[in-house]
Parts: sequence; structure tokens; C-alpha cells
Amino acid sequence: MHELSIAASIVETVTESAAAYPGAQVIEVRLRVGALSAVVEESLQFCWGVSTEGTPLAGAKLVIRTMPVVVHCAGCNADSEIGVQSFRCSKCGELTADLRQGQELEIESIEIEEPESASTVTA
Amino acid sequence: MTTRIVELRRGILKKNDELAAVLRQRFEAAGVLVLNLVSSPGTGKTAFLERTLRELRGRGARVAALVGDLETDNDARRLAASGAPVQQINTHGICHLDAEMIAKALADGGPFDVSGLDYLFIENVGNLVCPSSYDLGERIRVALLSVTEGEDKPLKYPTLFNSADAAVITKMDLAAACEFDRALALKNINEIRPGIRVFETSAKTGAGMAEWLEYLGEARRKQG
Repeated sequence: MHELSIAASIVETVTESAAAYPGAQVIEVRLRVGALSAVVEESLQFCWGVSTEGTPLAGAKLVIRTMPVVVHCAGCNADSEIGVQSFRCSKCGELTADLRQGQELEIESIEIEEPESASTVTA
Repeated sequence: MTTRIVELRRGILKKNDELAAVLRQRFEAAGVLVLNLVSSPGTGKTAFLERTLRELRGRGARVAALVGDLETDNDARRLAASGAPVQQINTHGICHLDAEMIAKALADGGPFDVSGLDYLFIENVGNLVCPSSYDLGERIRVALLSVTEGEDKPLKYPTLFNSADAAVITKMDLAAACEFDRALALKNINEIRPGIRVFETSAKTGAGMAEWLEYLGEARRKQG
């Protein structure tokens, strides 16, 4: 149950980043979460609600994109998408420790709503 | 009102990762080999570490340990019996150690100076999920599994075993009583982390310890 620490880190980073856009409201936060990241989506959603309550991020939607595990096989010289129970090339079945995707824990982007700038309004 | 999308591409645990990188640099500069021991509660991390500390000290190595627990300093007191300096980190409910806790424990005026050490062991909070996300600046992450836990533990907790650099099977003295299927356990570990070094040990009888200590010595020499 470290999703609360993770939610708190997201709040901190997004708040810092949004400060560059005064007056803007964050309406959506988009994450990339690898299948091997040890994060439970339902738990993170719950913690997100708790962590944003009473902050300027309250009500912002958290969108989580799960990234499947991808390994590289030297024999086939190819990448393949696999589950998390067996680290084998899905083409030839050889074991491979060469991980290319699946450990992500990243804030991809945020969607913000800004008031029309003065120049736009007068134009 | 207008809406727009702002690309961030920021690691969620970036602060932890940055702090861990600073720690790693500090450990490398000091020439100390740092290991992060992770397992379920009850696997026998403390008994295994106690024996490791005692045997390394017996060989003249300078060793120390940081031990994480939610509450109590029971493990620190057990480990201190080896004669090595030990510092307890109580996380008060937090289910893992993070780089900031390690940095604080090793701040100036702390229990030991890392530059005077050959080995520093960090015993993480007993948990097979959360510690896998937190880099502590270690060189080697060790996943431990006891014969009493079931051979499928690596399949149930793939993230942790996949992120480990070495695996240790503990309580081998109980293997027969538990009808431990050694071949299956080794196969499962290898399915999750192909090619990983596995040590089959007993802190009680000392089985497998020589191999483990040799591995540590080798890693320490490589560090220079």
C-alpha cells in the first residue's frame, strides 16, 4: 500500500508544474504505469481522491495508461509483449532478461483549462 | 476558457530516484558495497544478516547495517549482537524504506561513517510489493525467499523478483520438513529473472554461506 505515497508525489509534481500557468485549472492528469510497477490502479485512484481533496487539484481526473511488459530477444532480434509470469520471448520461447518496457511510473501530461488571455478577449 | 495539454514526462518517483543517485555516488566514492535486502515478513532476513555480519567481521571486513521496521528496534538489537554498528529506522506505518530515510540515517553525526566501511547492508521493511519501487542507492538488491513460503512466491510477486540482482533461499535446514520442491523454486525464480544468481542458505547450519560470502567479496573487489 504505497499508493498513498505515490499519489502524494503526483500531487506535488503536478502542483509545481501547473504553477507555470497562473489561473489555470488542472482538469486531467495522465499517467503511464508499467505492468511491473507494483501499483494497483484502484488503490491509486482511491488515494488520488483523498490526496487532492481540499487542494487546487480537487476534482481533476486521473487517467492511467497501463504499459504491458516488453522484452527483447537477442536470438530473434525482436521485441515482444509478454505477461508478468514468465520472461520468455513470445516468438521462440527463450528466456530473456532484457526488459524494454513495463517499469514505467510516469506523469505523461496534464490537461489544463485557462482563462482567455486579455489579448484574445479584445481581439 | 481554453483547454490545452501540457507534456510533462516526469517520473513520479523522480525525487526519490535523484536522491538515490546522489547516495549511490557517495557510496561508490567511499568504496562501500551497499546491499538492499527485501523479502516477506518472517523470511529470516534478520537471522541471515546476523550470520552474514558475524562471518564478514570474522574475516576482518568493516560492516554496518541499517534496518527498517514499522515499529520496534528488536531487529537492530539482534543485529548489534554481531558487534557491527547498526541503526534502526522506524517508518511508523510506511511500508517501505525510501532514499530520504537512508540519507537521514546516514547524515553527519549518524551512527557510522560510510567511508570507513567495506559493506553496508540495508534490511528493508518486510514486504514483497512496495520496496521494489524505491531505489535506495544500493549496488545489489537481494530478494529473499524461505522454504516455508511456497515455491510460487516469485510468480506471485514478479515485480520484486524481477528487480533483484541476486536471490537467497533461506531456512534450507527446514527444506525436507516442508517438502520444499527445490527444482520448482529455482525454475520459478529463473522464469521471472532469467540468469539471476541464487544462493541456498541456512543461517542456522551455515549451509551456503561460504558461496554467498564469496559472491560478496567478488562484488566488493569489482567496486574497487
